[in-house]
Amino acid sequence: MSFIAKPRVAHPSLPRNELGLTRRDYEGSMSTLCAGCGHDSVTAAITEAAWEMSMRPEQLVKLSGIGCSSKTTAYFVSGGHGFNSVHGRMPSIATGAIAANRDLYYIGVSGDGDTLSIGFGQFAHAIRRNLNMLYIIENNGVYGLTKGQFSASADVGSKAKRGEENRQPPIDPVLTALTLGGSFVARSFSGDKEQLVPLIIAGLKHRGFALIDVLSPCVTFNDHEGSTKSYAYVRDHYDAVVNADFVAPAQEITASYAAGETMSVALHDGSNILLRKLDPSYDPTDRTKAYNYLRTRMSHGEYVTGLIHIDESSPDFHEVNATTATPINQLSYEQLSPGSEGLRKILARYR
Amino acid sequence: MLHAADSKDRINDFVIKLANVNGTGSASANTLLMKSIFRMGVPVMGKNYFPSNIQGLPTWYEIRVTRDGHVARSGRVDIMVAMNAETYARDLKDVSPGGYFIYDSTWPRPALLKRDDITILGVPLARMCNETFQGVRARILLKNIMYAGLLGALLDIDLDVMRTMLGESYANKKALLDSNVRALEIGYAYAREHFTCPLPLHVAPMNATAGHIMIDGNTAAALGCLYAGATVGAWYPITPSTSLMDAFKSFCQKWRTDPQSGARNFVIVQCEDELAAIGAVIGASWNGARAFTPTSGPGISLMNEFIGLAYYSEVPAVIFDIQRVGPSTGMPTRTQQCDLLLAAYASHGDTRHVLLFPNSPEECFYMAAQAFDLAERLQTPVFVMSDLDIGMNDWMCPTLQWDDAYRPDRGKVLSREQIEELEKFHRYRDLDGDGIPYRTLPGVHPKGAYFTRGSGHNQYGAYTEDSAEYQIVLDRLQRKFDTARALVPPAVFAGTGTQDIGIVSLGSCDGAIREATDLLARRGIEVDYMRVRAFPFGPEVEEFLAAHSVSFVVEQNRDAQLRSLLTLETAVDKAKLRSILHYSGLPLASSIVVEGVLAGVGRQPQRLAVTG
Repeated sequence: MSFIAKPRVAHPSLPRNELGLTRRDYEGSMSTLCAGCGHDSVTAAITEAAWEMSMRPEQLVKLSGIGCSSKTTAYFVSGGHGFNSVHGRMPSIATGAIAANRDLYYIGVSGDGDTLSIGFGQFAHAIRRNLNMLYIIENNGVYGLTKGQFSASADVGSKAKRGEENRQPPIDPVLTALTLGGSFVARSFSGDKEQLVPLIIAGLKHRGFALIDVLSPCVTFNDHEGSTKSYAYVRDHYDAVVNADFVAPAQEITASYAAGETMSVALHDGSNILLRKLDPSYDPTDRTKAYNYLRTRMSHGEYVTGLIHIDESSPDFHEVNATTATPINQLSYEQLSPGSEGLRKILARYR
Repeated sequence: MLHAADSKDRINDFVIKLANVNGTGSASANTLLMKSIFRMGVPVMGKNYFPSNIQGLPTWYEIRVTRDGHVARSGRVDIMVAMNAETYARDLKDVSPGGYFIYDSTWPRPALLKRDDITILGVPLARMCNETFQGVRARILLKNIMYAGLLGALLDIDLDVMRTMLGESYANKKALLDSNVRALEIGYAYAREHFTCPLPLHVAPMNATAGHIMIDGNTAAALGCLYAGATVGAWYPITPSTSLMDAFKSFCQKWRTDPQSGARNFVIVQCEDELAAIGAVIGASWNGARAFTPTSGPGISLMNEFIGLAYYSEVPAVIFDIQRVGPSTGMPTRTQQCDLLLAAYASHGDTRHVLLFPNSPEECFYMAAQAFDLAERLQTPVFVMSDLDIGMNDWMCPTLQWDDAYRPDRGKVLSREQIEELEKFHRYRDLDGDGIPYRTLPGVHPKGAYFTRGSGHNQYGAYTEDSAEYQIVLDRLQRKFDTARALVPPAVFAGTGTQDIGIVSLGSCDGAIREATDLLARRGIEVDYMRVRAFPFGPEVEEFLAAHSVSFVVEQNRDAQLRSLLTLETAVDKAKLRSILHYSGLPLASSIVVEGVLAGVGRQPQRLAVTG
C-alpha cells in the first residue's frame, strides 16, 4: 500500500491486453490497509487476473461484507460496481445480484471473521446454491479492525500477539466447502502470486461457486512467533498439490509436461483449465479422496494448496432455477406482464 | 339492540360461525357455503380463525351475510355450526339471543347444551356419514359437506349453485364429485325433512355482487408484484405471509414460463432466513431487477440491519409485512397492526421509511404495484403493511383492473448513453433539488461504476469521516423523505368534513369503521373519518387533525402506534387524540368502534354485542 496516490496516466510502454487496456486500467483506489498486508497481494493478483482475462472492467461486480478484507473491493477494478454490504451477509447480496443479471462476473471478497463466524450460514447456503461467483476468503486467523481477537479459523495452539493460546478447534472453509457440495474448492497463499492468479481466472471462469481460501497473513496482529497464520509459518507448512493454468479456447497447450502430471478440465465457456499435479496420485475431481487427503495432511500440520476439487458438472443456481438466458433485469415489461386480458382470465376463478 | 330482532329484517343480514377441528377438511365446506351465497348475488364476509397447528386444535370460520355490503365483523353470531365437541361450551355461549346452535347429535348432549333464548338443532351427521360412506378419512371430510347441505336447506341457498361449485372443484375427479354431491344432498334432505325450512334468517337472491370477486390479500399482492414486473422474489417461510410467495410462484409458473423450453422469466429464492431474503432483494434491486420479500413482524426484526443499509446506500426494496400478533413469536395465526413503529423507523441510526397501508385485497393489488414504482423512484425500501386479516381471508372486492398503458417507473437510472455524456458520475448528488440522486447499474459503463457502502460517504460516493460531508448526505436523505410525502397515496376521507369529532385509522380497520360511522349516525353522532394510506403523512393529515377538536385513533395494537406516529410526525396536540385500541388478535368488529366512540363522548357505553 501507499499513501501517495499514483497518477492515472499509463506509460506508453506498458503492456496492453486484447482490449488495449493496461494493468493500470484494472486498479482501484488506494489501499488503506497496513504496509505488508497479505490482502494487498490478493488485490494485486485479482488486478492481474482481470487484465489477463481482458475483462471489460464494467463486467466485474465486486461484493464484500465488513472487515479489512471487505475493504479491498475498492482497491481493484474501479470500472466495476462495488458493494460493501453488511457483516457476513455478502452472499445474500450476491444471490440477488446474480439472480438479476447472469451475464456479469461476480467476485466476493471476505475474511475469516466475515465468512466463518457471523456469515457462516450465508457462506454455507451460497455454496449450496452454487452461485456463479468467485468467493475469496482472505484468511488470517484474526480480527484485524477490532485489533487482534482470534477468529474461527485460528488453529488450536496458535498464539495471539499477547500470548493467549487458542483452544477452540478451527473451522476450515475448504473442508466445509467440500462437505457442502462446493464445485470449485481451492486454497492458496497471498505470497504465491504464480499460483493465485491462474486460480482466480479459473474461478471466475468456472460456472458455479468457486472458493479460494487464501492464507493472507496479518502483519500487525498475527505475524508473530507462535502464530500458525504468520508469513513464516505458512511458507514453512504449505504444500501445493494441484496448480492450475488457465487455457483460453483459442490457445493451445504448448508447455510440455511429463505424462500423468497434467490433466485438463473443460469449462462451460469452451476454455480449459490445465491442472499440473505435483502429487501424481492426486485426483481433484474425486471429492471424497480430496477430503481424505486434506484431512490427513492437516493432521501433520500442513496446508494443502492449489485447486483441491473441481466438479464442472454440478448445475449452478440458474440451471437449477431454469432462468431464461437473457439477464432478467433486461426483460421488457411486455415480457413480464400478462396484461388486462390476462388479468381477466386469472380472476375468473375468483368469482 | 344494534340489529333489529325482527326476523323479516334478517334476510341476508346474519352471521354464521362454524366451529371445527383443524385438519379435518372443513375449509372447503366453509368456502363452498360462502361462495355459493356470493354467487347468489348476496354480499358476504369470511373470516378464518385458525390455530398455529396442522391438526387437532380448534378452528372457527365466520361468514357474515351482509346485504349492505359490510366488510367487517359485526360482533354477532346468529347460527353456530358446532362441529367440535371440545368447544361446545364456549360456542354455545357465543350465540346471540334468538340464534341457532347446530351440533352433531350422533352423540346427544342434552345436559350440556342448554340455553332458553336460542334454538338448538341436533343433526346426526356422523351417523349418516358412517351409514353412507366407507373409510375414516372420507367420512370425516364428507361430514363437512353434509353440514353445508344442511345449511343450504335451512338458509335457502340455491342447491344448484352449490352443486356447480362442487363440479368446479372436482372437475377431473368424478368419484370425489359424486360422493361430495351425495353428502350435500343428504344434508339438504335431512333439514327439509326434520326442520321448517328455511329459517326466518335466510338468504334471498340479490344482484349486489356483480363485478366483484372473492380474493385474499396475499394473492392480490402477488398479482400486484406480477403486474409491476417484479422478477426476483426472495423469502423465508413465515405465517401469515407464505401464501403471498406461493401465489406469486404459481402465477409466474403460468405466465412467466416459456411453455416450450421451460425457461423462466423470474427467480424465486427460498432463503436460509429473513436476513438473507432481504439481502437478496437488495442485491437484485441494486442490480436493476424489481425484487421483493414477503414476511411478518419477526422477519422485519431480523431484517433491520439490511433495511438500514438500503436506506443509507439508497437501494430500492419492496417488503410486504403481513402483520401478525406480537410481541416475539406471539400468536402467528392471529391478526394485529403491531409493526407500525417497527417498520417506520426500522434499523439503527436516523432512518425513516415509506409505508403503505392497504385496507383490503383490492388495495393490496394496486399498492403492491405502486410500491415498486415508489421504491425505484425514491431509491429506498418501501413497506406494504398488510395484515393476517387482509392477507389470508377471502374478501369481496370489486374486480381488479389493469391499465395496459402502465409502464414501470424505474426512477433516475442513467442509461449507457447518458453516462457516456457525463464528465464524471457522482452517485449521491442532489442535482434536481428533490433529494433524489441518480443511479447507475452494474455492467453498463465503466464511468458509471461507483462503490456502494453503508459506511460514511459523501455526495460523490466516496468514503468519508468528514462531519460536513456526512451531514450533506444525511440532510439530503431527509429532503428525499419530504419528496416522498407528495408521491405516496394521500389519506381518504368520509363524512361532511365539518364535524367536531374525527376518527382516524388505517388498513384493515376500515370496514369496521365505515359500518360504525353509519351506526353512530343513527344514534345522532356524526363523525368525519380519515383513513391514512401511507407514511410519511401528507399535509392533508395535518389539516384533518387540526380541524377536529377530538379525533379517535382506531388501531389494532396495545401501544397506540398510529397515534404515536401522528404525534411524532405532525404538529397535532396530543390531548386531541384518543385511542380506541383492539388487540385481541381477531379482526376488528364494528361494535368495538361504536362502543369506543360512545364511551369517548360520554354516552353510556351500551353493550352492543358479544365482542372478540
